[in-house]
Amino acid sequence: MMQFMLLFSRQGKLRLQKWYVAHPDKIKKKITRDLITTILARKPKMCSFLEWKDLKIVYKRYASLYFCCAIEQTDNELLTLEIIHRYVELLDKYFGSVCELDIIFNFEKAYFILDELLLGGEVQETSKKNVLKAVAAQDLLQEEEAQQGFFEDHGLG
Amino acid sequence: MPAVRGDGMRGLAVFISDIRNCKSKEAEIKRINKELANIRSKFKGDRTLDGYQKKKYVCKLLFIFLLGHDIDFGHMEAVNLLSSNKYSEKQIGYLFISVLVNTNSDLIKLIIQSIKNDLSSRNPIHVNLAMQCIANIGSKDMAEAFGYDIPKLLVSGDTMDVVKQSAALCLLRLFATYPEIIPGGEWTSRIIHLLNDQHLGVVTAAASLIEALVKHNPEEYKGCISLAVSRLSRTVTSSYTDLQDYTYYFVPAPWLSVKLLRLLQNYPPPEDPGVRGRLNECLETILNKAQEPPKSKKVQHSNAKNAVLFEAISLIIHNDSEPNLLVRACNQLGQFLSNRETNLRYLALESMCLLANSEFSHEAVKKHQEVVILSMKMEKDVSVRQRAVDLLYAMCDKTNSEEIVQEMLNYLETADYSIREEMVLKVAILAEKYATDYSWYVDVILNLIRIAGDYVSEEVWYRVIQIVINRDDVQGYAAKTVFEALQAPACHENMVKVGGYILGEFGNLIAGDQRSAPSVQFQLLHSKYHLCSSMTRALLLSTYVKFVNLFPEIKGIIQNVFNQDSNIRSADAELQQRASEYLQLSNIVTTDVLATVLEEMPAFPERESSILALLKRKKPGRVPDTLEGKEEKIAAPSPINSSQHVNNTAATDLLGLSTPPTSVNTSSNSNDLVDVLDAPSIAISFTYNNLLQKLFVKLPLTINKFFEPTEMNGESFFARWKNLGRSSQPMDAASTRTKLLGFGMQLLDGIDPNPDNYVCAGIIHTRTQQIGCLLRLEPNKQAQMYRLTVRSSKESVSVEVCELLVDQF
Repeated sequence: MMQFMLLFSRQGKLRLQKWYVAHPDKIKKKITRDLITTILARKPKMCSFLEWKDLKIVYKRYASLYFCCAIEQTDNELLTLEIIHRYVELLDKYFGSVCELDIIFNFEKAYFILDELLLGGEVQETSKKNVLKAVAAQDLLQEEEAQQGFFEDHGLG
Repeated sequence: MPAVRGDGMRGLAVFISDIRNCKSKEAEIKRINKELANIRSKFKGDRTLDGYQKKKYVCKLLFIFLLGHDIDFGHMEAVNLLSSNKYSEKQIGYLFISVLVNTNSDLIKLIIQSIKNDLSSRNPIHVNLAMQCIANIGSKDMAEAFGYDIPKLLVSGDTMDVVKQSAALCLLRLFATYPEIIPGGEWTSRIIHLLNDQHLGVVTAAASLIEALVKHNPEEYKGCISLAVSRLSRTVTSSYTDLQDYTYYFVPAPWLSVKLLRLLQNYPPPEDPGVRGRLNECLETILNKAQEPPKSKKVQHSNAKNAVLFEAISLIIHNDSEPNLLVRACNQLGQFLSNRETNLRYLALESMCLLANSEFSHEAVKKHQEVVILSMKMEKDVSVRQRAVDLLYAMCDKTNSEEIVQEMLNYLETADYSIREEMVLKVAILAEKYATDYSWYVDVILNLIRIAGDYVSEEVWYRVIQIVINRDDVQGYAAKTVFEALQAPACHENMVKVGGYILGEFGNLIAGDQRSAPSVQFQLLHSKYHLCSSMTRALLLSTYVKFVNLFPEIKGIIQNVFNQDSNIRSADAELQQRASEYLQLSNIVTTDVLATVLEEMPAFPERESSILALLKRKKPGRVPDTLEGKEEKIAAPSPINSSQHVNNTAATDLLGLSTPPTSVNTSSNSNDLVDVLDAPSIAISFTYNNLLQKLFVKLPLTINKFFEPTEMNGESFFARWKNLGRSSQPMDAASTRTKLLGFGMQLLDGIDPNPDNYVCAGIIHTRTQQIGCLLRLEPNKQAQMYRLTVRSSKESVSVEVCELLVDQF
């Protein structure tokens, strides 16, 4: 089971954090700081996996963003890399060639997409088509409400 | 500003832009505080705040939280949003709760009803939102509230597939905190049959749930074995077009395959020959596919394919029953050892470690020894080198131990600091385990101390001494070798310890040679004495007294050393005591008594190597339990024979330094001590020549022997300092830090505003009371004087402590 996922920039700024195991905020901050420092210090050709306490860390850099997951001893490292990749593909498809700014300005969308891919730290849906369909359905609901709101505001509801 | 789909929140985007435009950290904090104040006042005052505005402000709070600031309000607004009729508001409410709220928050109770409503909605999007939230919080409250609904959603015939997927994982999460949530009986069969579901997404999610259930109760769910094998078989043999969107870069359903392979690792190999045959076919298919040319050059293709392959190899190793598959797995991993991808080399080294422990594949792993040694030396990434060291350790046996140990020793000279300590332990263990010739073992350990002395822990040098003492065939060689090693102009303190101990026991075996005559041995050791810590000096003093017994001709020189001020009047109580006791011993007793007291150490009981136990403690799970795994405490050798009657297993430090020499008497006398403050005396009566003799001996129990060092900060030190203001007695002394430390109180650094001053604290424990004691020593450099002030809760104790210190200086 995945314990948490962190997205951070090359400058060490945290962009997204998703915790599947409860920790006090103080601990979360410490873990985040430790991992960002450790990973930023590593060189490009190095292994994408490292041992960290009793967890395994799997990370990969996409352009200016690092994606970092903590998994348990029995979890599969290579497939965790591909969970990251699938998430990047989903973001890319949704935003249309995603960049760090998209995730900063639409962090809530980044969360909603992640929640369709993983639930409780386990892979929920690996089909790209199905995840995008679910996110599109959410957006549709919102848009309908927005129109509804527009009509109501103008006395047409 | 990037375009936003759904319904954008302009105010949020503007705020984020503002923050990004801030030129400095201060400006950012200022902007955030302004926004927080604004939101707070909106939430407090403005009753007409509509859903959209609430949503916008809650989003801003979330953003501020993500920047790393603490958020302590807005929860109620989020709860309101969560129960809104509008999906866009509801979604943000849920997001805030799942990002910001911890499991034990009181807010959870407030949202349970809203979640219940959403869970029974006809719209699957609402249902899933509720389940994401339940899974994210995953508390016992949640389990109790939804323990009925979620299992029902999972197996009910009219639940949509997307909801089933979420329900399976949501249930898994709740099961982890509250195992009672899973109903037994007919549910078992319904749950495991989800492995047959049409929808691959449902099967994938269910496989995770089933694995957790199996771990909890393997017997109950063992029906899943055959279902998992047939599902796996269908998956791995399907072409990549069969599974449509569940094919990932030409690999059919890698996530499902890995989960099924993992699920099967919770059971022994299937008993049913049919199922077993089918499983072996699957595993062969996976191994065959690994040899096929890749269908794509993309790393995603090879990662997904190899993820399945590594999981299959894990299962083969777990089953440990098919020699053919084990050897094939080993050959496959061998190919990966020289792969271009660092990740693959890392994983191959890791997997091979497990293969090395199987009797079927141990020999096959050994074929790769050269490549692994190269990995240890050449890999750029220390974590990969670490893996290579692990594998060398695992593949080592009688046939290759000398070579592997030698290579590890060579590498140790340049190895990364982060892995040296572990490597030292591993080399020490291998040398001991596979030594047929113990002189080789002694050479290896002395080399370890020479190359990486700082990383040689006490256990390692205790162990070499234990082994030398237990094996008389190696004692002469050990004495000769340490003698030679000590000739080096700079040698590590650990070398002095081992050398001192071994020469003290077996120096006589090499004393016949003029080059290592008794006086030469003594001079050699004593030339290091002044460079060593007091613990090592204490050990050397014991060596010297043993020399008195072994070599009566140098008794005079040694007595002079005991008699030196730096020993017999040492500030270190242990050194002082040893010097005076050994001096007395050498002066008073007859040679017979001396020979008995200072006799050679008896053999240590044989037990599991203490270093192996240490490595296991450091790397739980990484050290195979192949040796007899008895839990044990390290039996520490103690150089003086009197302590052989003391329980050997309880003493963990070689010198017995951890036990204060006076502790035996504390219970009987410390009570009186407070009032009398005289050192207690012992009355010995006996009859000699029919005459009753009585002796009163004063015991060297001064009050400071009862100190317990006490940590405290500046505030509490001076608060107590003032409280204990009744007595202050200035005195002058030429003092040092060591003297204060040796006195037994805690020396507190960084407490006194004047860094030149020393302050100490301690508690004296007696049977009836505890006496707090504080001390302050203020040096005056111009006057070449010190001022010492002692305060304690008992006037007489302050005086006594002061007087004791006067004697000290």
